[in-house]
This record gives sequence, C-alpha cells and structure tokens, in this order.
Amino acid sequence: MEYITGTCVINERAVYKNGEKIFSSTDKKNLLSSLYQHFNWQYPRFFKMDNLSRLGFAAAELLLAGWDAAAYQPHEIAVVLSNANSSLDTDYKYTRTTKDIPSPSVFVYTLPNIVIGEICIRHRFKGENAFFLSTAFDATLLMRYVSCLLEAGVARTCITGWVEWLGESYKAVLFLIERKETAGALPFTTENMDRIFKTSMTCE
Amino acid sequence: MNRQKDIFIVADNIVSPLGGTTAENFSRLVAGITGVRRQERPEMADQPFYAALFEAPGGEPLAGTLTGGEPLAIARDGAGARFTTFEQLLVNSMSDALHQAPGIHPDDDRTILIVCSTKGNTHLLDIDDRMPAEHISLPGSAAVVARHFGFTQTPIVVSNACISGLLGMITGVRLLRSGLFNNAVVTGADVITKFILSGFGSFQALSPGHCRPFDRDRDGINLGEGAGTMILSTRREYRDGLQLRGGAVSNDANHISGPSRTGKELGDAIDGALRDAGCAATDVSFISAHGTATAYNDEMEAKAITLAGLNGVPVNSLKGYYGHTLGAAGLIESIVTLASMREGLVIPSLGFENNGVTTPLNMCRSLLRTSLDTCLKTASGFGGCNAAVVLGK
Repeated sequence: MEYITGTCVINERAVYKNGEKIFSSTDKKNLLSSLYQHFNWQYPRFFKMDNLSRLGFAAAELLLAGWDAAAYQPHEIAVVLSNANSSLDTDYKYTRTTKDIPSPSVFVYTLPNIVIGEICIRHRFKGENAFFLSTAFDATLLMRYVSCLLEAGVARTCITGWVEWLGESYKAVLFLIERKETAGALPFTTENMDRIFKTSMTCE
Repeated sequence: MNRQKDIFIVADNIVSPLGGTTAENFSRLVAGITGVRRQERPEMADQPFYAALFEAPGGEPLAGTLTGGEPLAIARDGAGARFTTFEQLLVNSMSDALHQAPGIHPDDDRTILIVCSTKGNTHLLDIDDRMPAEHISLPGSAAVVARHFGFTQTPIVVSNACISGLLGMITGVRLLRSGLFNNAVVTGADVITKFILSGFGSFQALSPGHCRPFDRDRDGINLGEGAGTMILSTRREYRDGLQLRGGAVSNDANHISGPSRTGKELGDAIDGALRDAGCAATDVSFISAHGTATAYNDEMEAKAITLAGLNGVPVNSLKGYYGHTLGAAGLIESIVTLASMREGLVIPSLGFENNGVTTPLNMCRSLLRTSLDTCLKTASGFGGCNAAVVLGK
C-alpha cells in the first residue's frame, strides 16, 4: 500500500509543509527569492532558472527537507509532475527574444519537463520521469500512473503533483509517495490529494 | 509472479512529408527517399535551412521537391479553419489508424487516448505572441481531437521533450497492464516553427546541410514535422500482431541541455526496458537509435548501447529521412521499426559513412534483409530524460 508521507504547497501568499504554514508573504512577485533567502539555500543555479523551474525547485526543496533520501537508490526515485499551461510563461518570453537575438538560455526552459530535470540534478534522482498536461489538477491520472510505477517495482518512491506558472499566477502542490507508513502519513488516495490541492486555493 | 498482460499493436500510421500512411512512408524509405531538403521559408528563418517540412501555405510545391514523389501537403493555420495544423496532423494520423482497427471504439470507456507533443500549438505564438493560453494549450487541442472521434475518456497529454512519443507508448503499456483500460490510442505530432527553428539555431545545433547521425563529420540536426499513431490493446483477438513488450525511462541528473558524459543513464533505461519486456540483450536483433547527429547525443548514445552490451547489433537512425520530429519521433521511428519487422527489411542509416563515435556501433549502411524478432527503440531529450522501448513478435 502507498502513502502520502509528505506534502508541500506554495501559493501566492504562503507556503505549507505537511499542512502547516511555514512561510508567508504579502509580496507575491518576490515570494520565491524571499524563500531562497529565508531558508538560506546555497544553490546559485536557482537564479538561472525560469519561474516554473524555480517554483518546482523550491517546492521540492521544502518537501524533501529532512527526508532520508539515502534510504533509496537514485534510480528508484521517480518524479511525475503536471500542469495546465506547460512552459507557456517562458514560451511568451522566448518568442519576444526571437525578435532580437534568440536566447538559448531562455529557449531551454520552453519545455515543461525541465523543472523535473532541475529537481533531478539538485537531488541526484535518476529514476522515472513524466510530465502530463491537464486542464485542471487530475488526481486520478497522477494516482493511477504513480501506482503503476510503484506496484510494478519500477520506482520505490515518487515525487508527484502540480507545478504551474503563468503570468503573475502560480501554484505548486507536491506529494511524496512511499510504500511505507510514517508518522502523519495519509493513504495515497485521490480524495486526500484533492483535499490538499483544494486547501492550496483557500489558505491565507 | 503473475505473467504480465501482453500488449498487442493493432494498427499504426505515419503522416510525414514522405506520405500519409505507414506503407507509403516505408516504401519511400526502402527507395532511399528523404523528406529533408533545402527550405526557403522567410516566415520561419531569414536564411535557407535543411528540414523535412510539409508543403508551404498555398499548396505551391517548392523548388527541389523530392525525386519520386511530391511532399504531402498539410494546410497551415488559416482563419476559420476547423483545426490548427497541429490538430489536423493528429486527426489525419488517427483517422487512418482507427480505420484499420474497426474493433477499437473511441466511445468505449475502456479505450484511452494518449496525445504526445513537445510544443503542440505553440506555432500560434509566431503569429501573435499575445495569443491567449486557451488557444495554445495542449490539453485544449487534445480535447478538440478527442471530441472529433467521440472519445468518452479525457485524453492523457504527455509533454516530456523528445522522449514524449516513447513515454506516451510506455504510459499506454502501464495503464493497459494495470487493467484500467483495454485499448490505448497513442498519437503524437509536432509542427516546426520559427520558435523551434530559432531555438535550436541559438544552440548552434542545426546542421547547415543534410544531417549525418553517428558519422565522423556530423554537424548537427535537421528538424522535421510529422505525426504518428499506434493503437494498443490487451484483447486476445489481436494476438497475431506485433507487441509492445515494455519500456523504461531514466534521468541523467547531470545537465538540462546536454546529455550524460557516460551514457550510463540511457544504458539503465535500455536495461530497464529489456527487463520490463522479459528479454535479454542477446535477444535484440535491431536498434532504432535516437541519433540526432549532434556531437554529444550520438557519442552518449553509442556509449549507452555499448554499456548495455548491444554494440554488435545492427543500428540505424532515421533522422536523415525525417529530421528530428521532436515529440512525434519516438512514435514515427517505432512504427518504421514495426514495418521493418513485418517486411524483414532494415532501412540504412542515411548520412553515415565513417564512424564518428569512440565506441563504434554496427551501423546499417545498406538495405538489410533479415528476420527481426526483438527490436529496441531509444530516445533522449532536454531535461536529461532518456527512454527505451522493446518491440517484439
């Protein structure tokens, strides 16, 4: 049986880990840089990333803080993410650079799965990857796919969820899924995922 | 351990500048015809470039058309069109595949549609960079296409760089094995645009001529556009067909735009795919490589194939014929491999003359007539992702 052993929610006002508020801000434009400073992340690559990758990076950083990654081999750790608008925020920016000099450092972020690549580089994860696009958060799809990976033994743990950034609007909701019950773990069900996702829209 | 469900391949299609069916495409490949040619498209680039593209708007054949056949025409986006170019490619490809499979019903709630693409309708940004999200979104396009065919299940959209096509096939295998669905229609397409062309150009990744995968003198990729569709089923009535035996995905955890220096992670994906398929490396009779013809990709891929113990196995790259068709590449190149298995004919690796990698592969230089029982298809992409699938009899 699979469990949700950790969650991290970042919305435009606050950050929650396992349901508890750990950070809040009234400056939604600079929330991520404030997080970087507040938690003293020593990772200069962060500033090369586009908005979507910074958001996914920050959510993964907080989700996995204190987690015993050494309990798993790098190839046993999967990352399966989703959103509605792919890399469109950076696609708009890249299109504007093509009118002048096209920028390779912007172009490389015009794919949604680059955020998965950034998380894998940071944490040395070498397992399965997938990026799915859906008009709204689709807990059923993620639960089905992640269950396939874990039940077939293709992965032993998975970071899954939603990472979306478009214009001035953003949200990340990440879940850590493991096949062991830890303190505070929730059963890996669509109901639990949807409930946590919904709180991300209402929390202040 | 319970025996895994077999995944049968019921029907397939390729829509490319070489033709509108798998058979048309394969006959052109056997005849040595490439879809890649010099393009003069001021709407995409100031300078001429080499790529495999559908005919330009207006239907006028361009100078230097193929010998042995005109390129297939696909309408470019126009006012009042029912579908965008991207959607039209998916519709054409799926129509032909579904026509071959009258027993597969889109309106069956046990049939799932899986749509694969890197950029979908992003070409609309070339027309107007303020285009609202709903006109560009891939889930929106997938819904339009699903509605056209009457699918009742919400389509699954896979967008994972250049492994999208293979990842869509692997997703189909996993969902079918789990018993959630009996049939999967896996389709994928990408359209080449100023956006994509300028991006690869900014990386200095475009070849100034015809691309030369694995060759000593390779100097970059050609881009290509097209669509592919593969219909999968667990139903025993299809057991006489070829099978999608399994697959696996890995990440390099090294660099977002450059491949692993060792090839170990693609090697791991190959090992994982063989394990998933219940095969040994010695069972593999042919490899359809990614072979983009960039210095780094081909070097990494050759190392990975060698690490997997497959360096004696015949290999080709189809990029010399199709260019890099991005999110469709895994589907199109797997479907050509299926045709090779049915016909017992391996297509030569166009553009290869002299070995150009440190761990030489057994490159196919001429049409090879041989029986193929178990074949491997590989792909890698930005974000450090790798995928491999096993096709079998």
